[in-house]
Amino acid sequence: MAHITVTVDGTSYNGEVEPRKLLVHWLREDIGRVGTVVGCDTSNCGACTVLLNGRSVKSCSVLAVQADGCEVTTIQGLSDGNEWHPVQTAFKECHGLQCGYCTPGMVMAAVDLLSENPTPSEREIREGLEGNLCRCTGYHNIVKSVSYAADLMSAGPTKGAK
Amino acid sequence: MTAALDTGTALGKPIRRKEDAHLLHGQTNWTDNIQLPGTVHMAILRSPMAHAKITKLDVSGALKQTGVVAAYGAKELGDLNGGVPCVWPVTDDIKMPAFPALAIDKVRQVGDCVAVVLATSAAAAVDALDSIEVSYEQLPAVTDMEAALKSGSALVHDEIETNACYVYKMPCGDYAASRAKADVVLARRFINQRLIPTFMEPRSVVAAPMGMSDEITIWSSTQIPHVLRVLLALVTGIPENNIRVVAPDVGGGFGGKLQMYREEILVTNLAKKLGRPVKWTETRSENMVATHHGRDQIQDIEIAATKDGKILGLKVTLLANMGAYLQIITPGIPLLGMFMYPAIYKMDSYDFTCTGVFTNKTPTDAYRGAGRPEATYVIERIIDELAAEIGMEPMELRKKNWITHDEFPFTTVAGLTYDTGNYEAATEKALAMFDYDGLRAEQARRRASGDPVQLGIGISTYTEMCGLAPSRTLGALKYVAGGWEHCTVRALPTGKIEVVTGTSPHGQGHETAWSQIASSILGVPVEDIEVIHSDTGRAPYGMDTYGSRSLAVGGQAIKAASERLVEKARVIAAHQLECSASDLEFINGTFQVKGDPSKSQALGAVAFEAFTAHNLPAGVEPTLQAEATIDPADFSFPHGTHLAAMEVDTETGQVKLRKYVCVDDVGMQVNPMIVEGQVHGGVAQGIAQALFEGAEYDDDGNLLTASLADYLIPSAADLPSFDTGTTVTPSTTHPLGTKGVGEAGTIASTPAIINGIVDALRHLGVTDVAMPASPQTVWRTIQAAKGGAK
Repeated sequence: MAHITVTVDGTSYNGEVEPRKLLVHWLREDIGRVGTVVGCDTSNCGACTVLLNGRSVKSCSVLAVQADGCEVTTIQGLSDGNEWHPVQTAFKECHGLQCGYCTPGMVMAAVDLLSENPTPSEREIREGLEGNLCRCTGYHNIVKSVSYAADLMSAGPTKGAK
Repeated sequence: MTAALDTGTALGKPIRRKEDAHLLHGQTNWTDNIQLPGTVHMAILRSPMAHAKITKLDVSGALKQTGVVAAYGAKELGDLNGGVPCVWPVTDDIKMPAFPALAIDKVRQVGDCVAVVLATSAAAAVDALDSIEVSYEQLPAVTDMEAALKSGSALVHDEIETNACYVYKMPCGDYAASRAKADVVLARRFINQRLIPTFMEPRSVVAAPMGMSDEITIWSSTQIPHVLRVLLALVTGIPENNIRVVAPDVGGGFGGKLQMYREEILVTNLAKKLGRPVKWTETRSENMVATHHGRDQIQDIEIAATKDGKILGLKVTLLANMGAYLQIITPGIPLLGMFMYPAIYKMDSYDFTCTGVFTNKTPTDAYRGAGRPEATYVIERIIDELAAEIGMEPMELRKKNWITHDEFPFTTVAGLTYDTGNYEAATEKALAMFDYDGLRAEQARRRASGDPVQLGIGISTYTEMCGLAPSRTLGALKYVAGGWEHCTVRALPTGKIEVVTGTSPHGQGHETAWSQIASSILGVPVEDIEVIHSDTGRAPYGMDTYGSRSLAVGGQAIKAASERLVEKARVIAAHQLECSASDLEFINGTFQVKGDPSKSQALGAVAFEAFTAHNLPAGVEPTLQAEATIDPADFSFPHGTHLAAMEVDTETGQVKLRKYVCVDDVGMQVNPMIVEGQVHGGVAQGIAQALFEGAEYDDDGNLLTASLADYLIPSAADLPSFDTGTTVTPSTTHPLGTKGVGEAGTIASTPAIINGIVDALRHLGVTDVAMPASPQTVWRTIQAAKGGAK
């Protein structure tokens, strides 16, 4: 067992963890952050995407021990209280989710995409989200959501509030 | 009929979904999130072989491993090894072999359950599987349907002495006579490949005995909590009234969760036996082999027509792959397609034969569209081929044969009566949105110039039957259940409304849409309405969600129950206002005396009177609620026209979907935003069948596409945005005028894509392209047509 300390959604957690344990399993099983989900076992679906020190990672592809000393942001920590992150607002406004299972990962991937490229074209959005699979929406409204979020974010923080 | 819709303010509006807040904040309740004290986790030893005798099975080694609580093979499980029942014995002489949860003596598919381990952590349970001693004697795998039916084939189930599960025939009219009259008889074989539903949330089940009581609660990622409860009672012997089934947040289904799975039986029985919660969540790789598959038919079709394009008759002969076992409705899936081969076309005769075939593959069952995509693919493909054969423009051939809007209601050669439709209107709109004439001109230019990238236009003018279903019809097809739906509407003392529905959403937005229906009748704001669903403890009656039935059937129940509630309330309000009930108008949630609006009582106030019961009229019982259980008068028949512009690189086989236009007529729309979303997703899944997906097996019965690294579901980068439009021809058999929409896009889009590819290549001699039309497949097809390399 290894000892790790990880800040998740602003709270510091520490504990013993099996070296083989994946970050996503540690989040879900050890500290109860079950908002982040598992959709596959080959790192294809992206449902488990979180931010690790501000950049998106598939948390099934990171060992919990590798996150030692890092900051993790999950879908549960994206907004504080009643304030919605513009990406969350946009996904609701544009019907960018149906069953919602890919959503935690899709939203986090979109957040990272927009931090890297605040004004993406449709093609750039589609390619930027290639690592996140959705089976419900056909991606049409996800692409619209990300584009809408980009507009909200460029218009300033107050426009993103909901 | 449209009047009911006009009374409400919420109906027909693209109201943003109530469901989204918790989903967008990770405040979710997926089954795998449930962590009850004392839970043991189940792991399953699955067969690595498609067909083999189990020559040795010893689970005792697993029991010595850390954290292991119990381990079972079929022998140790004994009476608790319940089997999955098939509830759709389509013929009197259908062969229905036993389907035990854990394989007995023999395995019949890769992924068959052989043994289970229960341990205090999921990881410990998986680790301990390695300590089970098992050996197999491999048998020849049955993988090819035609070979399976030949004498001397290995048998999937020795005891039934054949691999033929059933033969179903439906002759309509005199096909031989039509054929004799025809100038043109065109016969083709199409392969509708095997698909894997691939909902994003893997299956998960938790069963928990409730303390000292006899009650057991089962949480399952299922589309069918109500049906599952009945089936679990029948299979496990636990009294139905002690079983509560909850489908919490469910991450997609597409038919794949319209099932009672082996694992649900095992988890339930073992929780009961061990007296503590048992949990199992599948990995994606387990999902690919153990969750039922869809499609997988060999489709022979023959069309008889005159040389000027009048269709006379159709003959369809199917081999339908059942897989290794019959899941709950496996045999019936091809029959849901059976009625739809004649589609929107008029003809004199139709002859249908389907043979269900056992193979050593994962069982098939419902996958989005369930039988109708298979039918639509074949009829829309053969129409294009017939057009080419007789030298007619493919849209003109369709127009010549389709049912015109003034011919409804129309009884088809297959015996269905389509209530309404307007194929002309949907097609005209789609053609305009698509710039059909412009693209045809571009196609001609590219052809003339010998452009290496050729353009093809794919057409699909589909209809489907959905809204499962009139119970009487299901009975005639030997389905062992009804197709009704239930709703209870309660007006609570504080003015809030509960809509208790028997539908079970997993992405369709029922909480929002059902609130809109109730709001439009009760005059209560959408936000004051709570939709209760997917829990047999809180919503005890229902037939659940599949077959595009939830709005088409469940919506009727919501409307009827809401209207009954208003009438109950009217009696109380009249008593309070000291007038006769007939003197009251109900406007925007308030009863008011006709001609004297100052005398009024809001529905919430009536509900409070019903709660206190201090002053109710004689004979009126306290509380204000009403219920309705509705059996639909008929199926509903959405239709539409889908058009795809396909660019095909004739040098590389690369296919690009340049433009996709669809105009769907799903009748009245409760929430057009949700309708559009359903169309997008449905279209994407149909395109995926055409271009990307296929469950591939080797000759030994190994699934080669057994992970998301190998089974290609499209990403955002693989698809374009879609141009969607609608026409509205209200259904006349459904009081809300609605039809279904959940499966329409999937049913329509697959043939549009393939027709487009073939259209791009027809001048090269190409008459078909196998699905999925990967670059390699397309390139080989072009080479073969040129007489080159195969």
